[in-house]
Amino acid sequence: MAPAESGRPGADDLVRATAADLAQRLAAREVSSEEVVRAHLDRIAAVDGAPGDGRGVAAFLHVSGEEALAAARDVDARRAAGEDLHPAAGVPVAVKDVVVTRGTPTTAGSKILEGWVPPYDATLVERLRAAGMPLLGKTNMDEFAMGSSTEHSAYGPTRNPWDTSRTPGGSGGGSAAAVAAFEAPLAVGTDTGGSIRQPAAVTGSVGVKPTYGGISRYGLVAMASSLDQAGPCARTVLDAALLHEVMGGHDPRDATSLTDPVGALADAARSRDVRGMRVGVVRELTGEGFSDGVSASFRASLDLLADAGAEVVEVSCPTFAHALDAYYLIMPSEASSNLARFDGMRFGLRVEPSEGPVTAERVMAATRGAGFGAEVKRRIILGTYALSAGYYDAYYGSAQKVRTLVQRDFAAAFEQADVLVSPTAPTTAFPLGSRLDDPLAMYAADIATIPANLAGVPGMSLPSGLAEDGLPVGFQVMAPARADERLYRLGGALEALLEERWGGPLLASAPRLETVPATRPEVAPA
Amino acid sequence: MPVLSTDDVARLAALARIDLDPDELERLAGELDAVVAAVASVSSVVSDDVPATSHPLPLTDVYREDVVQPSLPVDDVLAGAPAAQDGRFLVPQILEED
Repeated sequence: MAPAESGRPGADDLVRATAADLAQRLAAREVSSEEVVRAHLDRIAAVDGAPGDGRGVAAFLHVSGEEALAAARDVDARRAAGEDLHPAAGVPVAVKDVVVTRGTPTTAGSKILEGWVPPYDATLVERLRAAGMPLLGKTNMDEFAMGSSTEHSAYGPTRNPWDTSRTPGGSGGGSAAAVAAFEAPLAVGTDTGGSIRQPAAVTGSVGVKPTYGGISRYGLVAMASSLDQAGPCARTVLDAALLHEVMGGHDPRDATSLTDPVGALADAARSRDVRGMRVGVVRELTGEGFSDGVSASFRASLDLLADAGAEVVEVSCPTFAHALDAYYLIMPSEASSNLARFDGMRFGLRVEPSEGPVTAERVMAATRGAGFGAEVKRRIILGTYALSAGYYDAYYGSAQKVRTLVQRDFAAAFEQADVLVSPTAPTTAFPLGSRLDDPLAMYAADIATIPANLAGVPGMSLPSGLAEDGLPVGFQVMAPARADERLYRLGGALEALLEERWGGPLLASAPRLETVPATRPEVAPA
Repeated sequence: MPVLSTDDVARLAALARIDLDPDELERLAGELDAVVAAVASVSSVVSDDVPATSHPLPLTDVYREDVVQPSLPVDDVLAGAPAAQDGRFLVPQILEED
């Protein structure tokens, strides 16, 4: 155990504890939620800095210190009064800034929403609050979740806790970095093409994209509505399951919400039994295009699973080779429509044209020109093109047909295997700035995660070890739609096997973070 | 010969209501041309007999009882508006003068 970094006695122990452990200690009244929240706020003050500072992890765009402490004291008082509380009550959580939070600023990483304070809570936020989980703040992200490195945030990049000269992945780099840097035990992410799983992979954390519709989209700032899915970010498979269970389940306010019950995910994570489970290695998502270090780590995990009694088979999904191309037509098409709501009329930024008449149409164009960053403009224009008359059939129409073929490949593969596996990302974390001028290189980071979004099936990334460069590698598990518990069953078992080999969690071997000046008055130590 | 010319991108940006300065337009046109060239292959891998999928899971229409539900307080909603007046959004001129 590393020595305390945040100065408060016992604080280091509290920030390094898992959410499951914290929940138990809170329930046993060995620790108060206020102490747990304060330890995390101190940790944020010590290592986070702020986006744009040039120092620190910069996982948070906004820290809700006072509100989190108030929520914690409320839970502590209710517990002291003998009230029957949710098992996770008092465990704090960070929320990606693409999820609206009543009374707390929500920008989705964009200047066009700077200063906007939502008048309502997303359904998943309502559920976190109802469970008594204090919200630590809002995490950094690529603008409108468009990116794979968090460098497209209008407020500055988040840095990878393993090496602060590298990206934490994206778009949910803030949520992944927050849990990996021990700034939050849990965080909420969203995953449209890999934005939970790919950041989890490159930060040595766990991230889950549930089955499409498994967690309500009500209150998510939409990018591509047929692909967007919220899910948990955590340091262990069990913790991810606990957060998934809090947020999941039917919501009448989202017409695409599944009516199925969320399932016994934590039980699956604890079962640690993979005997007889058929594990299908997707041929098209391995080998060429994946770095040697990533491939070696992946194969070592397969060996562990086989030794534990899983039946490892190879499956082929030939149309996955076209999934990335189809995704970069479908996603921008849906985004170009969804982002029409940012027009400077009802909320957010309004910019008047510098010359000429001030008409609504000209104000819209000036507002969107000034308020959107380069990647957002690129995708809106690409989507506008793919949907335009004369091109619709060739681009959007064809991409939708590829989507059908990807679904058929999944269906055939799940005839031969209970779960499908691959490395989560083709490489370990890449250096800040290295792909900013090459959109196609940036897009390639999601090559292994996109198929699950196109088909709506659930996927998980969990750490499988370090590559030769000393950086974490992610192992992806995919299951059929509505079979999320299989992710947790396999993930929990593999995690236990790996930790036995490592002698503890992978994140225990992450380098110590430097202490940076606390630049946010709201998180200054009490 | 680019798939997407600078003029094409200027026209699309106007359709999408996004003002671009000349440097931005030039840069975006180059990048978008590369992206479109890369993804265009999708049209060659599908045949006419493959149905399109617009949504990952089978969906049916969802109905609810036709009962009035409370809406957000008007003041809360207008608090985030760039301009408001008399309990309404205040927007710039929407019709041409003539």
